[in-house]
Amino acid sequence: MNGTTVNPAYVADIRRGRDARSASRLRRIDRVGDGLLHGLCALAALLGVVVLLLIGYQIVHGASPSISKFGLGFLTDTTWQPNFNIYGAGSVLFGTVVSSFVALAIGGPIAVSIGLFLSLLAPKGVRGVISPLVEMLAAIPSVILGFWGILVLAPFVHTEIEPWLHDTLGFIPLFGPPQTTGASVFTASLILTIMIIPIIASISRDLFLAVPSDIQDGASALGATRWEVVRGVVLPTTASGVVAASLLGLGRALGEAIAVTQVIGAGSTIKASLFETGDTLAGRIANQFPGAITEMHQASLYYLGVILLAIGLLSNLLAQWIGRRFDYSKAVGK
Amino acid sequence: MSGAAFDPTAPLTPSGNLRRRRAFSRVAETGATAAAVLAVAVLGIVVYTVVSRGASALSLDFFFTGEPTGIGPAILGTGLIVVIATAIAMPLGILVALYLTEFAGGRADRPIRLTLDLMNGLPSIIIGLFVFGLLVYGNTQSAFAGSIALAIIELPLIARGSQEVLLLVPDSLREAADALGVSRWRTVLTVILPSALGGIVTSTVLAVARAAGETAPLILVCSVFDGRKASLNPFEAIPNIPVTIFSLSEEANPEGFARAWGASLVLLSFILLASLGARALLARSRAMMAR
Repeated sequence: MNGTTVNPAYVADIRRGRDARSASRLRRIDRVGDGLLHGLCALAALLGVVVLLLIGYQIVHGASPSISKFGLGFLTDTTWQPNFNIYGAGSVLFGTVVSSFVALAIGGPIAVSIGLFLSLLAPKGVRGVISPLVEMLAAIPSVILGFWGILVLAPFVHTEIEPWLHDTLGFIPLFGPPQTTGASVFTASLILTIMIIPIIASISRDLFLAVPSDIQDGASALGATRWEVVRGVVLPTTASGVVAASLLGLGRALGEAIAVTQVIGAGSTIKASLFETGDTLAGRIANQFPGAITEMHQASLYYLGVILLAIGLLSNLLAQWIGRRFDYSKAVGK
Repeated sequence: MSGAAFDPTAPLTPSGNLRRRRAFSRVAETGATAAAVLAVAVLGIVVYTVVSRGASALSLDFFFTGEPTGIGPAILGTGLIVVIATAIAMPLGILVALYLTEFAGGRADRPIRLTLDLMNGLPSIIIGLFVFGLLVYGNTQSAFAGSIALAIIELPLIARGSQEVLLLVPDSLREAADALGVSRWRTVLTVILPSALGGIVTSTVLAVARAAGETAPLILVCSVFDGRKASLNPFEAIPNIPVTIFSLSEEANPEGFARAWGASLVLLSFILLASLGARALLARSRAMMAR
């Protein structure tokens, strides 16, 4: 603090008490400013909560005519005949579950493998290139992916993959004879697979990167091969996180509307074969809502929305709960 | 282990069981590598298809005229819808992020983060149904309704992204400002926000890239339009790129397909460039923050 000189003008100010006055004015502005900013921030946060609640209310409200007419039987009834004003969600619920789970069954293992590759195998330079590319897959808008699905993927699936699967695995009813076009539940599942892979891959990559290297090194020192390190150390410590990531991916697949409606072929009955047309909750809403004129038709589409919202929120909450409940880093007290 | 006697002169190569384990491990490594290659290949195939089929549709007319030759009005419309949506979502998102990092105590923190995560996980068609019921039902479709829907999609992305960078702002900055007697709101506006600006802009750009391609809500709230004339009136349904691609893809018309590929190319290049740019920006602001 050597050489500090006090400006004489300040001393004079202080003597005259001006500083005290301006300080109190400053304090007043600051009090208002603090309160205002805090209030605005709290208001914005509250608005978020209100919007979420309002979404729930609005969807249920829109569905109320259909809910009061069809009740819970709506969930299992498979007839959907707008001309006769009869509606049931059974077939689309079936289509949603089948297409999403097939997508998860194909995409989950691939995505986890990608996560393993990016976190444990790839040299840093390669990881820096492949990671963004995989995430870029998630940036492709669903409408473009769906359009590509109709014109490129569906014909390929129809002429190459479906006949092959039918010939080799045809004894399983899932792989029935190919139909006239490639628009099928199977094609929709493949599109959904492409959508969920980047989600699961990037989360699981981060999970695997967080596994402490000393326990991996310990396993290696005991003579474990790379696969055995993964199997015995990496996967068990991150299992809950991987499940949570898969649930998030599943949630995305369940709610996808546009791409699915483009490639699934809008079938209205339940078929065992994946190569038949079908429909999903979200796909049916996107497909029929713009043309829904009668009140009951619209309300029933809203009812599908209620089911979709409930499934979506549930899978999301479950993912959060599993992710938090079985958090490895918390379990070891880090 | 029991039978074989230890032979010190045996060569140091894996044998028997170890060889099998090694081979299995190598197969697994190959599988993981193949999976990564597959994902990149799918990206490559999709982008290649869009570029190769879309490029032939591109011309000056394509950008500046309306249907049936171009998508000029749709480009303008998507721009307007996204700009309004971002103008709503960005300030709100930043305020929510500030609330989480600067003001909320432990008790308010969790429910709001949960809200944001749930909002982020909402199927976009649900948001479309919501906005339809809120603004369009008993009214008309409008670009503004589309903007509200996209704003709901952008909000959690901007808020969570901004929150992450705000958490990276070193506490020493806050403490230094406190020690100088600077009030909280001045600290936030003059110290914390400027140093987190890069990250906030990044998350906003990513949110814009996501919103620009959203189709499901627009199908419900902004899809009945005249693709021939450009309009900047937010209170009527105006042409936009995602719905244009969707409706063209539903008609079996080769000329329409060509136009849809062109529109896809325009949309995809914007989105990929925006996400690449955001990524570069993020790397730069991370590096600056770490200094």
